[in-house]
Parts: sequence; C-alpha cells; structure tokens
Amino acid sequence: MAEARGVLVIAEVVGGVVVPVTHELLGAARRLAAVLGEPVLALAAGSGMGKVPQDLIARGADKVYVTDEPLFAKYQTDVFVALAAKAVKEISPRVVLLGHDGVGRDLAPRLAFRLGSGLANDCIELRLEGQELVALRPVYGGAALAEITCAGMPKLATVRVKALDPLAADPARKGEVVAYASGLSESTVRARMLEVVKQEAKGLRLEDARIIVSGGRGIGGPEGFQTALKELTDTLGAAQGASRAACDSGYCPPTWQIGLTGKVVGPDLYFAIAISGASQHLAGISGAKNVVAINKDPEANMFKESRWGIVGDWKQVVPALTQACKELLGK
Amino acid sequence: MLQVMKIVVCVKQVPDPEAPASAFKVDAATNRVVPPPGIPPVMNGFDEQAVEAALRIKDKNSAQVVVLSVGPEGAREVIKKALAMGGDEGFLVNDPALEDSDAHGIAYALAESIKKIGGCDLVLSGRQASDWDQAQVPAGVAELLGLPCVTLAKTVSVEDSAVRVQRVLPDGYEVWTAPLPAVITVSNELGEPRYATLKGIMAAARKKVTVWSAADLALDKSRIGVAGRRVLVRKLFIPVKEGKCEVMEGDTVGAKASALARKLREAKLI
Repeated sequence: MAEARGVLVIAEVVGGVVVPVTHELLGAARRLAAVLGEPVLALAAGSGMGKVPQDLIARGADKVYVTDEPLFAKYQTDVFVALAAKAVKEISPRVVLLGHDGVGRDLAPRLAFRLGSGLANDCIELRLEGQELVALRPVYGGAALAEITCAGMPKLATVRVKALDPLAADPARKGEVVAYASGLSESTVRARMLEVVKQEAKGLRLEDARIIVSGGRGIGGPEGFQTALKELTDTLGAAQGASRAACDSGYCPPTWQIGLTGKVVGPDLYFAIAISGASQHLAGISGAKNVVAINKDPEANMFKESRWGIVGDWKQVVPALTQACKELLGK
Repeated sequence: MLQVMKIVVCVKQVPDPEAPASAFKVDAATNRVVPPPGIPPVMNGFDEQAVEAALRIKDKNSAQVVVLSVGPEGAREVIKKALAMGGDEGFLVNDPALEDSDAHGIAYALAESIKKIGGCDLVLSGRQASDWDQAQVPAGVAELLGLPCVTLAKTVSVEDSAVRVQRVLPDGYEVWTAPLPAVITVSNELGEPRYATLKGIMAAARKKVTVWSAADLALDKSRIGVAGRRVLVRKLFIPVKEGKCEVMEGDTVGAKASALARKLREAKLI
C-alpha cells in the first residue's frame, strides 16, 4: 500500500456552492500540511460542480478530486460513504477531515468503520505532535475536554462548525483539478433522501446573527418568548434562540435550539435569559464573544460563563432592559 | 419482514447529565470520570427516546421490542426501565473484557448480540450518548451488520417492509426511507418518552433479561476492551474557567438594567 501522505478534506457542496465549514477545514488542513510538509487535497462530489474546484483551491487546496455525477446531486449516505472509502484507499492520505454538521455526523462514523479507523468527532482543536494527530474534543456535554489520538491510518476527524478558521480566499492560488469517477450506481443507494422540508425561522439566521436573545426553561411557556424576549430582540435587531430544555418543553420551535445537539452560534453578544448554563447549552455558545446572564438564581452556572449579569426575575428584568436600551438608542 | 416485527433498541447507562456541574470530577491518573457520589446513573436520554420510538411503532403494529445494552451489572436498571415503559425482553452484555471499549468494541459486541438474538427488522438507538457524545456506535452496528442507517430521526414509521424517517435539519427536516432491516438513530425532537406506569413496572419484573458474556458471543478479544480501541484517550480534564462575571448592582431592577445597557453601549455591542 502507498505510504500515507497529505491532508484530505471531504468537501461539502450544496447546489453547486461550497459550504462554509469546508473552508474552515481547508484552513485547518493548510496549517497541518505546513507542519507535515505534505499537500492539501480535497474530494468534492455533487452534480454541476463548475465553480467548486477553483473555490476549493482559492481556500487552500493543492489538488481537488471532483466527482460530478447526477448520483451525487444531493447527499445520500451510501454513495457518499462508498465514494469516500474508494478515494481514501486510492489517494492514501494521512489525515481526513470532515465538518461536524448534518452530513459529517452521518458520513464520518460509517466511513470510519468501513476503513477500520478510529474517528475523532466534534473536534475543536487539531494539532500535530510529530506525525501523530492530536485532537481536542468536548465530552460529557462540554463539562470536560478529551485529548485523543486515533490508531491506524488515515486519521479521521470531524471538526466543530466555526471552531477553526478558514483562510481568506485567494483567487490567484493555483492547484490541480482531477476528474474522479465514482464507478457507483443507483443500486448502491439503500437509505434514500426523498425530500427536504424547510422551516426557516423568520428573520435573521441564528448562525449569522451578531446579537442573540435566548431563553431557557425558566421562561415557563411560549408567551415570554413571544412578548418580553421578542421586544428585546426587536429593539436590538437581534435573533431569537432557546435552550434545548425550552424547545423540548414546546415553548419555541426546534429550529431555535442552541446547544450541543442544536445550533452552534458565535455572536458578538449573547443574552442567556433564565438559562441555567448546563454544559449541553454552553457547547452551543462557545463561540459567543460576550455573554450576558439574566437569572433569578445567583448560583446559576450561567453566571460563571458570562461577562455581565443581572440577578433577578426575567419578567421584570427583560422589559426594564428593553426600556433602557430604547432610551440609550434613542428609539 | 417477519409477521411480528422485531425491533431491537440499544440503550446505554450513563452518568446523570442533570447532576450539578460542581459534582463533575475527573481522575487524572486513569483519565476517567469519577461518578458523582449519591447520584445514580440513568438511561442515556436519547436512548429513552429511541425506546419511545420503538413503542410508538408497537402501538400501531404487531411488534416485539427487545432491549439490548452493553454495560456493567448495574446497567440492568436501564433495561428494566425500558421494559417497564413497554419493552418485551432484555439482553445485557456484561463482561470485564468489555471495559474500556471504545465505539468499535461496543458496536462489535452489539452487532454480535443482534446476530445471536436471531436478527431483527429494525434497530433503534439514541443519536449519541450524553457521556462521550461520539455518535459512532449506531453507524458502526449498521456497517458491521451490512444494514442501511438513517440518523437524527424525529419521527420513525414503518410501512411495507420499509422505514420512513423525518431527519432533523437545523432549519427543518428531510424525509428519508430505507428498506428493512435498517438502523435508525433518534434525536430529542422525537418528543417526550412515555412514563413507566405502575402496571408497567410490575410487569417488567416478570420479563426476561438474559445476561451474556464475551464468551457467549464468541467475541474476538483483540476487538474489544483496551486492545480493540481505535480511539485512544491521552488526557481527560476539566477546563479551567477564568470566568469573572460583573453582576450589575442597583437599588431597583430599572437601575440594574440601565447599568447593563450602558456597559453594552460602552463596549459598542449595541
């Protein structure tokens, strides 16, 4: 077998456009490749891939393997796993990176078992010690961190969205593009995606929001989200989010859920209102630059994670804060 | 498909994720979590939802729900809970040789157990375990058994030898289908699992729980325990938090709110 060499990024392409986490993976791959003195490779599968190879090269890939076939028009587990396994066996990379998103969570574990490799999932940091890939990942809902390595080759890792930095796009960057035939057919597909139903939250996307106003189980029902928290949100031009507990209790739509199994966000300002601060939730806001906690329990864990806080009942505090902001902003 | 559909639900016993953060401790020498004293372990929350998903199918179809777990003797408690909710029979794989197994070892033990049970029509499991959050075992079971797998289900229904799943997306959902037999992982969006009724708890006491050892399953020792690990933990630690929260002072709520608004303005955040 060929000697393992190179950092391979399994790119994610939706509708002919590369998703942001792939750029983050390429940034990480470039940094690892620099230490190894090896190339950055990318495998991109989809249908109608015109601009994709250049985009991947501009963001750090040295060589792009492109599979442009109708079979890959949308993500289907079985063909994407089969393609990735075939490519890994032929390309023989040292490291394989995927994003820890809907596709990565589905593809990576299956690929790991098919290859007989260990998988470091949901990593927030990757570094090399000699030729060993050392990954840092949160465990126990984020209460602890584990430093792990994987046996065998290649080293597989999925990377948490927004955890690592992409390189700025350099359109002048040069790289090699290779057409890569999958050799697969429809008969490989067993688990089949039939349709996508979008339930877009109205207004600003949580992932893009600069300010997020988020509520927890302590809000006690949908009304608080729809009145007091909404008013604060609108005053600040923010987006609304919620803890898993609040969503599970039916206080808000599941698309509002922020946390380890919800959305991972990185706003400049995050209001955690009546949120206790369980690790599960904190995992979703590790990228938040400034956190404000509002909670009637002065011992709430959320205060330990926040820059500013008010101890008090949200029913009084939130309208008062909305009023104070309106006055300051001249609204 | 068998006339009475057989569903295997894989469940895991984990430390209680609701335990207060202060109770969480790590033994640096062994890289293990020290179980919080006085707080009993629980069924992994997502696995409870997988049991619920299985029971919802049983509510509508002729089905038998088999509960399977790899764990210590105490894991019998989570199997009993699943039986009390409405499961029919339990299997516990308990063997010191399985201690310190990673996803590869556990998936292997579960796959061999399912073969020994005689196969099934559907395997359900939680999407990840709240201790290690790896989300690898179910996909591993699917790969080892050569079955299709659909992840992150918020609804699971069965019709005409196929399973139909609504798969969770950040902004909506996808509809997936797979031929049976298949593996499905379940997410919290499925909803509240049913409570075990008193009648259910009493009935569970009479339901059979079989215990298997590694030898009963003829497990290859090189694939389980420490020897079988593909993921190696070098260090497990609790990150040190510098956390200095500035709590607003003031005589009234209004005063505190104004103070906060000013701070945010000064920091150019609003």
